[in-house]
Amino acid sequence: MRYISNTPAQQRDMLATIGVGSIEDLLARIPAKARLSRPLNVPAAMAESDLIRHLRRLSAKNANADDFACFLGGGSYDHTIPSPINHLILRGEFFTAYTPYQPEASQGTLRSIFEYQTMMAELTGMDVANASLYDGASSVAEAVLMAHAVTERKAAVISKGVNPLYRQVVETYCEGPAIRLKSAPLADGVTDLEALQKAVGAQTAAVVVQYPNFFGCLEDVKTAGEIAHAAGALLIIVADPINLGLLTPPGALGADLVVGEGQGLGVPMSFGGPNLGVFAAKQELVRRMPGRLVGATVDLDGKRGFVLTLQTREQHIRREKATSNICTNVALCALMATIYVSVMGKEGLRKVGELSTAKAHYAAQAFAKIPGVELTFKAPFFKEFALTLSKSPERVVKRLIKDRILAGVPLKTLDRAYKDSLLVAVTEKRTREEIDAYAAALAAAVA
Amino acid sequence: MHTAKPGYDKLIFELSAPGRHAHSLPECDVPVSDPAQLLPAQHLRATSAELPEVSEVDVIRHYSRLSQMNYGVDTHFYPLGSCTMKYNPKINEDMARLPGFLRLHPLTPEAASQGALQLMHELALDLAEVSGMDHVSLQPAAGAQGELAGVLMIRAYHLSRGERRTKVLIPDSAHGTNPASTALAGFSVVELKSEANGDVDLLDLERHLGPDVAAFMITQPNTLGLFESKIHQITEMCHAQGVQVYMDGANFNAILGITRPGDLGFDVCHFNLHKTFTTPHGGGGPGSGPVGIKDHLAPFLPTPVVVKEGDEYALDWSRPQSIGKLQAFWGNFGMHVRAWTYIRTMGPDGLRAVSDNAVLNANYVLRRLEDHYDRSASGPCMHECVISARRQKKLGITAMDIAKRLLDLGFYAPSTYFPLIVEEALMIEPTETESKETLDEFCDALIQIAREAQENPQIILDAPVTTPVRRLDQTGAARQPRLKWTPPAKR
Repeated sequence: MRYISNTPAQQRDMLATIGVGSIEDLLARIPAKARLSRPLNVPAAMAESDLIRHLRRLSAKNANADDFACFLGGGSYDHTIPSPINHLILRGEFFTAYTPYQPEASQGTLRSIFEYQTMMAELTGMDVANASLYDGASSVAEAVLMAHAVTERKAAVISKGVNPLYRQVVETYCEGPAIRLKSAPLADGVTDLEALQKAVGAQTAAVVVQYPNFFGCLEDVKTAGEIAHAAGALLIIVADPINLGLLTPPGALGADLVVGEGQGLGVPMSFGGPNLGVFAAKQELVRRMPGRLVGATVDLDGKRGFVLTLQTREQHIRREKATSNICTNVALCALMATIYVSVMGKEGLRKVGELSTAKAHYAAQAFAKIPGVELTFKAPFFKEFALTLSKSPERVVKRLIKDRILAGVPLKTLDRAYKDSLLVAVTEKRTREEIDAYAAALAAAVA
Repeated sequence: MHTAKPGYDKLIFELSAPGRHAHSLPECDVPVSDPAQLLPAQHLRATSAELPEVSEVDVIRHYSRLSQMNYGVDTHFYPLGSCTMKYNPKINEDMARLPGFLRLHPLTPEAASQGALQLMHELALDLAEVSGMDHVSLQPAAGAQGELAGVLMIRAYHLSRGERRTKVLIPDSAHGTNPASTALAGFSVVELKSEANGDVDLLDLERHLGPDVAAFMITQPNTLGLFESKIHQITEMCHAQGVQVYMDGANFNAILGITRPGDLGFDVCHFNLHKTFTTPHGGGGPGSGPVGIKDHLAPFLPTPVVVKEGDEYALDWSRPQSIGKLQAFWGNFGMHVRAWTYIRTMGPDGLRAVSDNAVLNANYVLRRLEDHYDRSASGPCMHECVISARRQKKLGITAMDIAKRLLDLGFYAPSTYFPLIVEEALMIEPTETESKETLDEFCDALIQIAREAQENPQIILDAPVTTPVRRLDQTGAARQPRLKWTPPAKR
């Protein structure tokens, strides 16, 4: 057994020290009735070479973004992942450590999280960010729960411009505390502010909008915030931090909480997980935040050091009265994001935004010229946009796969209102050549 | 032990110099590159975000140094109880990085992601077999989210039968996430007193069971590292009152191939793939917390469910009674690949040997330490043991002090002050991957500390001295939280 170190001779020695005859004797508390009387019915052990061959075959059945031009978005994006990330995160001292319960032996993890918190606060324009949550969707849900706890109100209004998959997760999380959810409809791809005004009331704990929204459109979130604040509700802005090297930070637009998915910051798509849940807040809300926080402090000799802090909010101390049930964060993904932001830096992150915008707009213009293809919305968009097609989006997607193009996400499965639409995302990695090839294939597919 | 440059005390921001950069991005190859021509001005950041400006070598050197300020399983014995810090096989990493897995977008058409869906389907089947459950959802992102999923399914089940049950019973020895997840699912938590050995007090359970109780949630083996031997009685008592029984799977590493929660009468259990199934802990995540259930709870599984139709795999969204979604996508798939690889590497005999050796190692440690520390319960333990520093406390040495001294002696520390029902608790989980030699070194160190407590307590109180920083002021950190770096000029 390759991962078990004791030899049979050592096992015998150890049993003798313990004073029993066999391992079975150690299991005496388990009643016979409780015992499994047969081996587990899982496949037999495979040799390493067989296992690799088998998994390579399984892997090869999947249309991945190395071999296909990936125009898929909707919450997961094919952005550049600089080489240093993989090398650094695979260092065993990061990779095989756990929650920094002993800060003296965990300064590497703690420092990197402190850096991550600083970067996320800066990008979102907020005062504080936590050490990360599971993913963008659960971050939105935790933000709604937090708004409910802070305002002691039992309802929330969520724009239909918020990723429908996130909205489903919010619904799941709001089931227990019985928070009533209302949706604010869209008008031409952005939140209908008049309808939002009507939906908000004295029981509204939070208004949730996404920037840019699920369809890629840039919303007037500032006015949404004014509507929320006038009613005494918090404004929660869902944002992808990779876009905030270029876009106005939500903190400058009136956000009380900024949450979102940080996968684009150097975390592989990996079929949707693990991801990186970003959570940032205004200073006055810090003691109500879910999740871990790392703070700077000093040691016995007055030297700077870092610790997990404000832990009295958390479940291992407050148990059922904790701000959240979340126990771990996604420290390794937060580390990937920290390294990503370090590599990209001030200039690089802005450039990622500029390139993505330029290429997305070039693509949108090229596609919209094709008969049978039009842009679904007229609102300004960032790196993602919806196309309305004269042919079934599913069939177009299927056809373009033959040209090694992942054409986009047919919106039908996520939002029935847009059954003829295809959501297309263009990152800085897409080349003009790929976009032109897409346009040609699309023209053929809808003709 | 530490090879970081002595006294290294930098943050990446403090290495920054204007104009330095590490990125390599493509030139713009489309005609209009200026976002000001494409987007309304109010959407564009007025000034660039204040981010570090560093070179690639700065990045590599800084994070390599930070890594050297950490203990991990690859460098240290890490006996953190209830966390199962076993060796993380390297082949798992190679397999998770195959491009068809790592570079796969979650919304790729099903027909073009058959390999990934097949792997998920097979992993769910394997976990169902290992646990004796009927169905497994891989969606929860961590153990605590698995608990939430399980408790929400229990809630939906009762509601579907027209029963509005409001309470969940949880022993005082439970992990803190159990009451927190339960409260989040809308239940009130009733804490039950455990017996001295961590077993459920059956009389107390009997007193609390009733038509308003939705579930009873326990950890098996319990948090003192003991197998709850009256488990069948407990599940029968609960079921007689319509109460669902939930198993916290944190301690699954003790029972692989020995016993199965499904056969013990549990209705729901979660798995921590990062514990039992060797996915890396990563400094605090990502984890993965699949949840297993019996047939009667199947309608409530989170959507979508991976199904096999003929030879094709698909995501089934049409589940009207589902509790909904927990994550945007399908779960922490990268962890699924690692867990699948591990199960296939081990096979049935290997999995059984894991638990046998985990139990052997824990009992060996307990035997070697029991003359020097108080043990928390009698009889053999399962895969972890809890000792108490009660004796040392009388000499002015706490469990925390012992933990700090262990850092100097080359070990990470056991879990301290958990479970809450043991005074000055030190919870040790050696795992099956450690050898007798390592365990002997560790026990020798703890025995040395017990002796130092009597002869030279100051050396313990001064510890740690070999770490990059010494005891940190946690109170000060909480009183005046400093949660981000600010440039010196702005301070």
